[in-house]
Amino acid sequence: MSEFSIIGKPTAMIDAAEKTTGAGKYTDDLSVPGMLVGKILHSPYPHARIKSIDTSRAGKLDGVVAVVIGKDAPNPYGILPVGHDEHALALDKVRYVGDNVACVVAISEAIAERALELVDVEYEVLPAYFDPEESMKAQTNLIHDNKPGNLEKDYHHAFGDPDNGFAEADHVAEARFIANEVTHAAMEPHSTLASFELDPHTGKLGRLTVWSSTQVPYYLQHKLSLVLEMPMSQIRVIKPLVGGGFGGKSEVIPLEIIAAVAARKAQAPVKITYTREEVFWAHRGRPRTIIDLKTAIKNDGRITSVKARVVQDGGAYCSYGVVTILYSGALLGALYDIPNIQYDGYRVLTNKPACGAMRGHGTVNVRFAFESQLDELAAKIGMDPAEIRQRNLLKAPCITVNGLRVQSYGLPECIEKTVERSGWKQRKGNLPKGRGLGIACSHYVSGAANSIIRSDMPHSTVNIKIDRDGGVVAYTGASEIGQGSDTMTAQIAAEVLGCSLGRVRVIAADTDLTPIDIGSYSSRVTFMAGNATLRAAEDVKKRIAAAAAKKMNCAAEEIVFREDRLFKKGSVLPGAKKDPAEEAEVTQTGASVSGRVVGQILRGSLQQNRKEEGPKEWMTFEEAVVAAIDFHGALTGTGSYAPPPEARGGKHKGGGVGPSPAYSYSAQVAEVSVDEDTGEVTVHKVWAAHDCGRALNPVSVEGQIIGSVWMGMGQALTEEMVWKDGMLMNAGMLEYRSPSSIESPEVEPIIVQSIDPEGPFGAKECSEGSLAATIPAISNAIYDAVGVRLHESPFTPERVLAALRAKRKDKALNLTEGVDPTAPTHFREHGGSLCFKGKGPERHALDPARREAPASAGGAD
Amino acid sequence: MKKELVELKINGRTHELAIEPSALLLDVLRQDLGLTGSKRGCDESSCGACTVLVDGIAMMSCTLLAASCQEQGITTVEGVSEHGSLAAIQKAYGDWGGAQCGFCTPGFMMTVKSLLAENPDPSEAEVRAALSSNLCRCTGYSQMYEAIRSAIEAEQQGMAAAK
Repeated sequence: MSEFSIIGKPTAMIDAAEKTTGAGKYTDDLSVPGMLVGKILHSPYPHARIKSIDTSRAGKLDGVVAVVIGKDAPNPYGILPVGHDEHALALDKVRYVGDNVACVVAISEAIAERALELVDVEYEVLPAYFDPEESMKAQTNLIHDNKPGNLEKDYHHAFGDPDNGFAEADHVAEARFIANEVTHAAMEPHSTLASFELDPHTGKLGRLTVWSSTQVPYYLQHKLSLVLEMPMSQIRVIKPLVGGGFGGKSEVIPLEIIAAVAARKAQAPVKITYTREEVFWAHRGRPRTIIDLKTAIKNDGRITSVKARVVQDGGAYCSYGVVTILYSGALLGALYDIPNIQYDGYRVLTNKPACGAMRGHGTVNVRFAFESQLDELAAKIGMDPAEIRQRNLLKAPCITVNGLRVQSYGLPECIEKTVERSGWKQRKGNLPKGRGLGIACSHYVSGAANSIIRSDMPHSTVNIKIDRDGGVVAYTGASEIGQGSDTMTAQIAAEVLGCSLGRVRVIAADTDLTPIDIGSYSSRVTFMAGNATLRAAEDVKKRIAAAAAKKMNCAAEEIVFREDRLFKKGSVLPGAKKDPAEEAEVTQTGASVSGRVVGQILRGSLQQNRKEEGPKEWMTFEEAVVAAIDFHGALTGTGSYAPPPEARGGKHKGGGVGPSPAYSYSAQVAEVSVDEDTGEVTVHKVWAAHDCGRALNPVSVEGQIIGSVWMGMGQALTEEMVWKDGMLMNAGMLEYRSPSSIESPEVEPIIVQSIDPEGPFGAKECSEGSLAATIPAISNAIYDAVGVRLHESPFTPERVLAALRAKRKDKALNLTEGVDPTAPTHFREHGGSLCFKGKGPERHALDPARREAPASAGGAD
Repeated sequence: MKKELVELKINGRTHELAIEPSALLLDVLRQDLGLTGSKRGCDESSCGACTVLVDGIAMMSCTLLAASCQEQGITTVEGVSEHGSLAAIQKAYGDWGGAQCGFCTPGFMMTVKSLLAENPDPSEAEVRAALSSNLCRCTGYSQMYEAIRSAIEAEQQGMAAAK
């Protein structure tokens, strides 16, 4: 008999059928009686002062119920306590093209869109900043008045003696790397439905219920409470199915607040769903990052010092920015044993949509730079790129130079396995011209050891209730967003209680029903909510065992829970499932005990009879549950998880970001070919080994590894947000170039299980850590294939070709600049339709929406 | 715009509806009929989450006029499961991890269904080509191929057993 009966087996997600049949409800699939539609008016300017907003014409349109503007809810909010710089709708200034100006609530989407055209806004256009290094020089027209030099935050860390590390090195490499901006582009556009109830005592608007596509229902509840000035207890946030997040729903997105404010003003339920274009404007993706990196090694390949200056183009609001810039530094130095590190990080504001957290938060771009540079240094000393990584491994358990506690460290095995499976030793250097192999490593946190809002609150709590029918209900605040969190909860509960998975029902992410959990981000759910589930299940199991022990005439500790049975340790599992006839009999007995067959819910007569039969050798799960409820009354258990103090990191300023109770590790080999005539890169295969502690559900772990590698490949080859004067030029799924099945390589996931001492059954994260290794693995493979080292992602044909020409000392091609000098500088007035002002096509003379542009906004080009 | 009466045959049932001539099939399915299985991931036929079958052919309902589909048989994801049980492809997508967040899944179900109706035993290249009309941001597509392969095997075994 294997050690576990539920975990470790490939298991279909418990909500899989809802998804494949279309029966599952996502937020936009919901409707309530009397529901209205909200549409948001967005700023056409990257930086402008709002001189006036006149909503009277829009309000008079038949079918319009309310028009909401900034002063309807002026309280600031933001995901970080230090970054409360956003408002539901702009108060006095707009800070990016797409910023939220007003919201129209109407009986239909078509009417709401028409009304948007009738909201008259007078802007005073201000100079705008698009490049972070230019933005840092700003003296006037600051994006936020309280941020001089448009600097959101800077950090300067030094660990060890970086200068001495460089002095004693044999080789130093130094270069500037740029990783361009990418976004989550989750398949489900954000959607929020907000509805107030009338209070029976005051007769006025009372409790608010919000259904939203969110990864963080409790943060949403908190921010709604701040903006609406309502107690949190009067706000219920429900997370229906969420169609992917990747970090894009891990903070409060403007529409979530706007929908609630609009529902209050319209005094009716309001739903707002973003168009795909609005999703791109809402953004919160991975910032464009400029990395000036210097790495030094000894002749034996040992790293002696690393120095990084990182500038992130954060966009117009703080969002998760302070955390992102800290992650970039904290995790730079914690994958390998690096004795000396200097890190200077700058998070800069620009007039573009705010960047936030995206899969691999803060670590991905610096990892691209570091792993590329390490490859370059390996080439310098003629060492195998796999070997230089093996020479710099940590000796776990240990504390890294920047104070991160590492307990389980599967990186050595990850490197070994990818090297072996990819045939690295035989094939590297022996591939045909234009084809190459590259290796790179990465790691990520299994949840942050310190939560965003500092408190002693547990990060996750889970309640479990078991009723007389033997049904187990787990109440968890953890947010299923497609990663398998609900299935993980059910698996852990079933494993601990020794019952079948089908008995467990998961009620998740509803602030009225489920205990607080800080959300699905930083890969924290399996580790933290998993541990809370484990503890809750053990709590309730103890009660069942105590009652069963009396019936079985043994000590509670002697009882084993397995396959829906309780039996004494050492005895053979009774009613083993080999014999179908016996199985059927057992099931039937079990059913009658719970009373359903004989029709007596409260007391199974059979159970009474058995009592007189003397002590039992074994019991069914249902019998034991009934016995426990008879003995204790209600059968519930609770468990919570807070990271241990030892895992919470160093005391230096900014030291709170980076520490995690456990880290995942990844090593990857990519095989690519490069067409030297067109510059096109094709990824043929990626071997990705990932140390996830223990794979609770291997099919999900593999899915997460493949998905991460795939998303990394997208960032490496095609995905890029293209800006022109603060306007996003490619706000569509095809224009953004999300890879389709044709462009997607084969990924061979390799699971490495280091069994973490604190993870639930030893599990760690598996959903983010793999992403960061893919980009440098591909760039290193490109170097192996054609001998050029790319310093800017994505590695588009233009960039590859430019590098190839530079290597051959050919004249540079100018393929991208000045392609369309006539492109309008101001357009896309609001989500949905394209509407040009100034240059560009005019609306038809008979178009009912045609109107003169306000004088001050005229001549916008 | 004045509404007109149309008859739409969806999943074998005929519905009489008053819709605007400009109404898109996706909106009619989701808003008028409550068939929310078909998803809106974009508005421009680029993501495929809204894919339905019109007379067996996979079409993106976000850019299809509902009124143009009269007298044609429309199948949505709600019409895929048969006789109260999951179709082989639906079961296989669950077992093999073909669906993560599930938002794109209904579209893939329809695309795969139309592929297998036309070509019951496609090569991997043919599967890749067919799936390229739909985008997924979670899975990297790999586990979908395994799911499709396993569904084909299940279908073949089912057919062999029936003989």
